[in-house]
Amino acid sequence: MSLVRAETRRLFRRRFTSVILSGVLLIMAAIIVGTFLSNKQVTDSEVAAAKAQAAQDYQQAVQTAERDKAQCLAAPGTPDAANWPANCDEMWTPTQDEFDYTWYMAETFDLRSEYANMITLLAVLLASAAFLIGASFVGSEWNSGGMMNLLLWRPKRLQVLGTKLAVVLGWFTGLSVLLGAVWTGAFLLIAETRGTTAKMTSGVWQSFGLTGLRGLALVVVAGALGFALASLGRHTGMALGALVGLGALQIGVYIMAGLSGAKYPDAWLVPMWGFVWMYKEYVVEDIDSCNYSSEGGCTPDTFTMTWQTAGIGMAVVTAVVVGAALWSMRRRDIS
Amino acid sequence: MTPVLEISGLRKTYRSRKGVRNALDGFDMVVEAGQVHGFLGPNGSGKTTTLRTLLGLIKPNGGRMAILGREVPQHLPEVAGQVGAIVESPQFFGNFSAELTLSLLADAGGVNRSRVPAVLDQVGLRDRSKERVKTYSLGMKQRLAVASALLKEPKLLILDEPANGLDPGGIREMRTLMRDLSDSGMTVLLSSHILGEIQLICDSVTIISAGRRVTSGSVAEVLAQHTSGAVRVRLETGVDLLDAATTLREAGAQVTLENDYFTVANATNPALITKVLAQRGVYVSELTPVSADLEDVFLELTGTAPVAGQNRQVDESSISGAKNGWGQ
Ligand SMILES: Nc1ncnc2c1ncn2[C@@H]1O[C@H](COP(=O)(O)OP(=O)(O)OP(=O)(O)O)[C@@H](O)[C@H]1O
Ligand SMILES: [Mg+2]
Repeated sequence: MSLVRAETRRLFRRRFTSVILSGVLLIMAAIIVGTFLSNKQVTDSEVAAAKAQAAQDYQQAVQTAERDKAQCLAAPGTPDAANWPANCDEMWTPTQDEFDYTWYMAETFDLRSEYANMITLLAVLLASAAFLIGASFVGSEWNSGGMMNLLLWRPKRLQVLGTKLAVVLGWFTGLSVLLGAVWTGAFLLIAETRGTTAKMTSGVWQSFGLTGLRGLALVVVAGALGFALASLGRHTGMALGALVGLGALQIGVYIMAGLSGAKYPDAWLVPMWGFVWMYKEYVVEDIDSCNYSSEGGCTPDTFTMTWQTAGIGMAVVTAVVVGAALWSMRRRDIS
Repeated sequence: MTPVLEISGLRKTYRSRKGVRNALDGFDMVVEAGQVHGFLGPNGSGKTTTLRTLLGLIKPNGGRMAILGREVPQHLPEVAGQVGAIVESPQFFGNFSAELTLSLLADAGGVNRSRVPAVLDQVGLRDRSKERVKTYSLGMKQRLAVASALLKEPKLLILDEPANGLDPGGIREMRTLMRDLSDSGMTVLLSSHILGEIQLICDSVTIISAGRRVTSGSVAEVLAQHTSGAVRVRLETGVDLLDAATTLREAGAQVTLENDYFTVANATNPALITKVLAQRGVYVSELTPVSADLEDVFLELTGTAPVAGQNRQVDESSISGAKNGWGQ
């Protein structure tokens, strides 16, 4: 227990921790204020007006398109033919959803449709902070020789490293839950004053809750990876280096996947899997393929990336890296 | 009474692409309770390696060690609370103050934080204890390290070159501190290159060379075992010293001329000196063995005495000092 207390004090006495956490709070505040200022509540009559305007524009576009088509069909054989495509069926015909009524009114914050993005934003922000703080917390201990001093007092190496990791992750979990609550409160307020909370059924809340939990898992995984990488390399820079390395590798892999004709190059990207983890699934298409059907024409082959797969991948990578860090702590000499 | 510290047959091999290095090659050491024990050896002889191994920081390749009667590293967690240690040029996280550094260690080790100001005062850092360690001088960092070792009120204090970077006053303070600690019943193991210091404060010593023990015992014993083999020769007044010296040199003695006497370095049988000189009609008025000091013993045993015109390399030391006596 005394070790937990010591590590907690160490964590919060570090300037790096306070700088990063202040940064997180500032960014959060900026996003909240920005969203508040750039949205506006709309009245029912404004909505009705926007809908009417959208319908009108749609009708107009349909008429224009029909007239153009007629001209196109009449064009062959006249000097006008050059202005029209050979196959007039290919010409654009407007559809209803190309005239969304929300574009015809002031920006308004719809909690139901926009909050999932906000959860993801917060999760990514906190995950970055957890990675950096986790890495620097143990990295600078190794680098400065503090780890050696500590081991003279507590020779059980795994206990020492494990406690440090648990303390970082524990505090980050608590902090994420707290900030998540603040975040939700803020956006609920924004929705009520500068937007709408319409159609917020308990099912929607539940789905937000689950997204939040997946976000929390992302934060914990990022913290654990930063910590374990820095401990493996015995330097904070090792974790950052690994990140840069992964970035470079990703670009390489993406290009190679494209060149070698892999079917779904997008599925080779780690950030894509992060996206899938937060948004549950993503369907990638193989644009070169064609499954012909009489009514739909060509439909491409698809591959559905699911959050379950993303979760398993994340768990395996985390287990391997953290396991390696613990193993190395146990086995390697300390100098 | 069981010794506070026992090491036998300790081995540590460093492997690298450049080859294999036996840093410790069957090293033995015993430290009795209540003593100040000096741990001496040339650079790279394995002192720090021994202490690191003892403290569980590196894994040995063989041998056994026991602290306070408990086998380590297996039982290290049980005795760690009673062993205060500093290992070669200790480093601390630079952005914390001395006070915070020590109070974190106290927390981690379950020691009352109220001891922190006391030890900081003891090592003379009280007035600077709120400043960041990064801003400390070498000697101040060393003092902080000593403070951290004292914080536990250990039964065994292990200090690897504690005098490194200390000013003369600091060295003297360290000397009195160690005497006081040892008087209060603490056992101190001290590695140092300042042999005068060791001779002043240590009850016993172990000398290591190339990863093996070359001698050990109380300071008096070690000095007695290794008389320098040199004798001081004084002649009747008015006799030409140079002449006598030349005579002896011809007979194979290593003679060093001084102002009114000369010394013969390799006089294993001093009677021969009187005999040789008497044959020339020169009579000896004084013939005293020159007592060796720790430095002489050290240089002899480790074979690291400088030789004119040669640059000795760090790994050139010997296990048994070469002795070439004359006159036996
Ligand atoms: N991490 C390491 N890897 C390889 N060799 C090492 C390592 N640490 C020490 N050694 C070697 O082990 C030998 C003993 O080193 P050690 O540090 O114990 O010497 P020392 O007696 O403390 O010397 P000094 O008086 O200079 O402090 C040296 O030859 C050194 O080069
Ligand atoms: Mg050393």
